[in-house]
Amino acid sequence: MKIDQSLPLEYSTEENRIKILGFWIFLGAEITLFATLFASYFTLVNRTGSGPTGAEIFELTPVLIETLLLLTSSFTIGLAIHAMRLGRQKAMLTFFGLTLLLGLGFLSLEIYEFFHYVHVGASIQTSAFTSMLLTTLGTHGAHVAFGLFWGLCIMLQVRRDGFTPHTANKSFIFSLYWHFLDVVWIFIFSFIYLKGMM
Amino acid sequence: MEFFQQFAPPHPSPAIYASMVAIVLTTVAIFGGLTYFKKWGYLWREWLTTVDHKRIGIMYLIAALLMLFRGFVDALMMRAQLAMPDNQLLDAQHYNEIFTTHGVVMILFMAMPFIIAIMNYIVPLQIGARDVAFPRLNALSFWLFFSGAMLFNISFVIGGSPDAGWTSYFPLASNEFSQHVGTNYYMFSLQIAGLGTLISGINFATTILKMRAPGMTLMKMPMFTWSSFITNIIIVFAFPVLTVALAMGSMDRIFGTNFFTTADGGMDMLWANLFWIWGHPEVYILILPAFGLYSEIISTFARRNLYGYKSMVASMVVICLLSFVVWAHHFYTMGQGAFANSIFSITTMAIAVPTGVKIFNWLFTLWKGKITITVPMLYSMLFIPIFTIGGVTGVMLGMSAADYQYHNTMFLVAHFHLVIIPGVMFALLAGLTFYWPKMFGFMLNERIGKWAAWLLAIGTCVAFFPMFISGLDGQARRMYTYSEATGFGIWNMISFVGALAIGVAFLLIAYNIYYSTRYASRDISADPWDARTLEWSTHTPVPVYNFAVVPQVNSDQAFWDAKKHGHVLFKDGYKDIHMPNNSGLPIIMAGIFFVWGFSFVFSLWLPAIVTTIAIFACMAYQSFEKDDGYHIHVDTIEKTERKLGGHKQ
Repeated sequence: MKIDQSLPLEYSTEENRIKILGFWIFLGAEITLFATLFASYFTLVNRTGSGPTGAEIFELTPVLIETLLLLTSSFTIGLAIHAMRLGRQKAMLTFFGLTLLLGLGFLSLEIYEFFHYVHVGASIQTSAFTSMLLTTLGTHGAHVAFGLFWGLCIMLQVRRDGFTPHTANKSFIFSLYWHFLDVVWIFIFSFIYLKGMM
Repeated sequence: MEFFQQFAPPHPSPAIYASMVAIVLTTVAIFGGLTYFKKWGYLWREWLTTVDHKRIGIMYLIAALLMLFRGFVDALMMRAQLAMPDNQLLDAQHYNEIFTTHGVVMILFMAMPFIIAIMNYIVPLQIGARDVAFPRLNALSFWLFFSGAMLFNISFVIGGSPDAGWTSYFPLASNEFSQHVGTNYYMFSLQIAGLGTLISGINFATTILKMRAPGMTLMKMPMFTWSSFITNIIIVFAFPVLTVALAMGSMDRIFGTNFFTTADGGMDMLWANLFWIWGHPEVYILILPAFGLYSEIISTFARRNLYGYKSMVASMVVICLLSFVVWAHHFYTMGQGAFANSIFSITTMAIAVPTGVKIFNWLFTLWKGKITITVPMLYSMLFIPIFTIGGVTGVMLGMSAADYQYHNTMFLVAHFHLVIIPGVMFALLAGLTFYWPKMFGFMLNERIGKWAAWLLAIGTCVAFFPMFISGLDGQARRMYTYSEATGFGIWNMISFVGALAIGVAFLLIAYNIYYSTRYASRDISADPWDARTLEWSTHTPVPVYNFAVVPQVNSDQAFWDAKKHGHVLFKDGYKDIHMPNNSGLPIIMAGIFFVWGFSFVFSLWLPAIVTTIAIFACMAYQSFEKDDGYHIHVDTIEKTERKLGGHKQ
């Protein structure tokens, strides 16, 4: 394994550079996935059947808190990668763990939100609109849940092995994934919640 | 007992029971044979756990040929049923199931893996790489495709086949009109196989961008690699749409959501749109690598550089972009109005321009070439006229006003078979014959191959030309029978004869493989066709590391220039080569995915939950595993190279 010392650890080997490019291409596929969900959502948003509309069921408070938690977590994962580049393992793990905790907070609120929707009579079976709403939110939520599971695996490996080209690469790729989920959430917040409540 | 009743086929017939027996006997024979000859260990070590792109390519190839058999039997049954008016061979339900599985199997489980087979084998060799970017993911891609294909194929003996057409339009595909589990099979097997394809797309796009030999700039890549690159980019951006559509369709059927229903706001046309936003690019996923193969073959056997390299690349980029903006031409008659139809009509016809550029480039490559008609070249020559007929009728269908006459008639069926068969099928058979010596170390018999090619071409014309006429006369597609008074009888009888000729051609191809395996000379050079690109510059059989020394490239015909113009490909000495280890994880994960899909098809929640957890456990295991591969040392490389006939060049 040839290690190029002039580059940060996550880019230092050819294998690592290939993995990072591959992950960017994967994110391209993910963009298409969410774009399809958004397009379908815009198609079905007014097809509420006998069920409620978005304005009737959306609650601003939990959504604002969710947004706050997720945006902050994107900041902390950035700090984690920064700490990794400085070689400070303890700081990195702290910020990484904080990111996952914020993600967990986000997910808990989203689960509460789902219970609320079902409670007010907007289950996944109610209408085309509610099916699509809960599927779009659910796909994003499932990505966050997967991120928690994945991030935990990476934290354990950083603790086991320290910073190596492998673990640095994984952590960096995880940060790309996490920022991506944040970007998707900004779209969800603007075009589903805000537009829906206007 | 009641529990097991859900697995019984809902419309059993003697043919289905016979197939059950045949499947059980074949499985027993395979397992028994492997045990008796003590081949399990060999199979596991050398094939099932391999991460070598060449072996994965060959496994794709075997799977594709098996699926070709399955898809073709469906086709023959359809043609036999329609051969005579008021025929009683199949009932309506059985016919519905057969045209559905024929379409799905041929497109997704035959053409796709066949293309990925050749891509797997050739692309890394053509760019001078030692493997793909992510070898283990490549194995996972194959096994996911394979478990999806197997899940789809067991449907007709366990629970019933899908019967809503390969497009699975809602509301026909909903629980209301498609009551047995067949369409669930469609949703989950395509989901699993599609996941594999998406992983392949990412893998090959990365491979081609990052792993080319030194000196091979993008504009010096061989044309097949270019076409593969564009194809994989299309895969990356088209398959997620299918993922979403299938997930929504599955939820409608299993969890009672309202995406595509006709009540509670559901919108059935949303499915048609999503399906074709994936489905139309899918057509180009199939045809572009085929164009790439034709480019390689035509320039090899015309002994000339490919005419208009840059315009070939440009036309593929244009086709790639246009392929995403034509999807609504599949349903002009379904009510989106004249304005939308006009736009899609124009984008559709625009695709004929870059395609025409490619056709003329091939013709100009042939112009003043020293042409030798080998089997691959014969397929390419037969492809040009038949494909042009299929393509031009496509432009006719693309005109939205005229389409009201053609829509859903046999005219359409004739059109797309006359582009897909010469475009994709001929290319794959040409590519198979062309690359056979590289894959297996001997040539296929030319004489039998030429008979098969001619018979296939004539059979295709005889089978599909009559459908233009009966289609214009009003014969609808997917109609399981018709009365004598319609006058369709004679055209369908001719079609049946053509289908039989295609069947004989396939038998000849199978016989050719058998005959050549037994009798063909093993004493062939590594470059039997006097070809032009890097894959021919390494040994036959290709050593596990592909190239002992990484080649240095400075033109798009690197090997030809090395042979004719003294360009040196291999400059450096041997160095240790780093290789990935085999892994059993991909096949185990795909096996779990198979059970996962099966559990969802029948709504068996306990195994569904257990397998979901198992899939995550596999991913965690993979994440924590420490596997840095192994090194092949210089003395081993020297020994291998000496055995294979010495250092090349």
